[in-house]
Amino acid sequence: MHPAFSVIFLTTLIGVGQGLFLALFSAQAYGMAKLLPAQSNDFFAGGALIALLFLLGGLFAAIFHLGKPSYFITRAWRGMSQWRTSWLSRELIAMPIMIGLTFLYMVVYYFGLDADLYGWGVEGQLPLTVGIATAVAAIALFVCTGMIYAAIKFIQEWACALTPVNYFLLGTASGFTLATAYAAAYGDGLVQFFGNWAIVLTLAGLITRAASLFRNSRIKRKSSIQTAIGVRHTKVQQKSMGMMGGSYNTREYFHGKSELFLKSVKWIFLVLTFALPLILLWAGLAGNDGGLFLLAFVFQYIGLLFERWFFFAQANHPQNLYYQVVG
Amino acid sequence: MTQLALVIDLNVCVGCHACVTSCKQWNTSGQAGPMFDDNPYGKDPTGTFFNRVQTFEVGEFPCTETVHFPKSCLHCEDAPCVPVCPTGASYKRKEDGIVLVDYDKCIGCKYCSWACPYGARELDENQKVMKKCTLCVDRIYDQSIPEDRRKPACVISCPTGARLFGDVHDPDSEVSIAIRENGGYQLMPEWGTKPANHYLPRRKTKMHIHEDELTRADNPLRKEDIRHETSKDTTLDDWLM
Ligand code: SF4
Ligand code: SF4
Repeated sequence: MHPAFSVIFLTTLIGVGQGLFLALFSAQAYGMAKLLPAQSNDFFAGGALIALLFLLGGLFAAIFHLGKPSYFITRAWRGMSQWRTSWLSRELIAMPIMIGLTFLYMVVYYFGLDADLYGWGVEGQLPLTVGIATAVAAIALFVCTGMIYAAIKFIQEWACALTPVNYFLLGTASGFTLATAYAAAYGDGLVQFFGNWAIVLTLAGLITRAASLFRNSRIKRKSSIQTAIGVRHTKVQQKSMGMMGGSYNTREYFHGKSELFLKSVKWIFLVLTFALPLILLWAGLAGNDGGLFLLAFVFQYIGLLFERWFFFAQANHPQNLYYQVVG
Repeated sequence: MTQLALVIDLNVCVGCHACVTSCKQWNTSGQAGPMFDDNPYGKDPTGTFFNRVQTFEVGEFPCTETVHFPKSCLHCEDAPCVPVCPTGASYKRKEDGIVLVDYDKCIGCKYCSWACPYGARELDENQKVMKKCTLCVDRIYDQSIPEDRRKPACVISCPTGARLFGDVHDPDSEVSIAIRENGGYQLMPEWGTKPANHYLPRRKTKMHIHEDELTRADNPLRKEDIRHETSKDTTLDDWLM
């Protein structure tokens, strides 16, 4: 498939936003359970603001995936109507909910709103409630994003349970790495907690992403040129695709780069998304250096851009069988 | 239930692209149009088409065969492109099974085109909405056209008559009979999309001649040719002469 930068930025940016929120929420829940030191309201409000900015950045990128940006205002609302059948529709519902709840979370903390909702007599019940709802929305959004790709059964590279798992793990890994950098600057005793989780999630992401790379390198194609045109002969070759100047079919489904380019992108993303951040996180935790965490996040995010590009480029659509030779 | 569809006879198609141009002409001026072209007279002309004719070579020289292969939306009975559409712009009509896009609802997200294994959908680069074959829905029901011409433009224009049009759910329709009697098949059956359009395979007309038929043992001519020996004796005929 042809990797579209709108979707690359959309999926990576919201992944960071959702991951960062889940990190904040885990600190909040552990803090309430007195397993971690409690944080100031400003810590959560500021963190939620950063998560919100990432989510809004993703939303902004998504606008450019529409046919025309103006469709965002005139037509995109219709995209929520087919949630019964379409994962894309479900994502279009989950995303504003996630953005709205993150905003609410930020407001609750910024103004220090609270209420004794359940009669427990402890502080933080209102923020906890909003936090739980937002965490559910964040996870639901990960599932929707991943399933958009996993649900297309004939793009065999994507049609696999590893796809949503990767979206979840890579998003949370980058979110926790950013949370580590944020906690190093503004938090109170959270660096070890976030940093260790960032390492665990990055490692888990490495394992599942490597598993999908391994799986994709040995896919057995279900379609062939024989089933595409229905002629039973071992030697069938295309002589003309019916046009010479290209069409949507030749632009949308091919990445147009060499095998070598594809291979180098794979190694670049493996190093930038996994190897470098793991080293930097470890060094940062060992040497208690906040700057390294930020560096780890920057590398990891850039690595994710490469990873997402590769995710699209590697996918081989069966329609390509009809577009092998110009003429 | 009606399911309108095309049946394309690969044994007859000569790859002349008449269906491609007539499709473009009808649809660019009809309800689905305009279908924009970019660079029509330039170096790399490109544009939106609903129908393409491709060419394949089967076999290895010198035993090769050329197959001309027209391809358009197959109006799948279990169309995977429809449920994925987030806006409901893509839909399959209950009454005749035609798969259509509502251009006023489509947001151009391209998801449906990813979900079509045949590459039958094209995003119009100028209108930025998804387009595809409509089976000339604005033509086949048009009461102002003589009844025998209420068929998709490609079917009418095909000079060899390689394209049939009709209801594949009616067992007695021309298309159902053609599929049944001439080995009609579907493209990429492995995905369970149940395309409504069918293709008829290349067919060779072969005659088997048995050796017996070359040297007929019971040749009547030869039977009649059995001449009896004539007598050397004087016969009545000799006497009379
Ligand atoms: S051929 Fe493609 S566009 Fe047409 S109905 Fe089937 S899946 Fe949909
Ligand atoms: S491109 Fe249009 S028709 Fe296709 S899925 Fe998106 S909104 Fe639906």
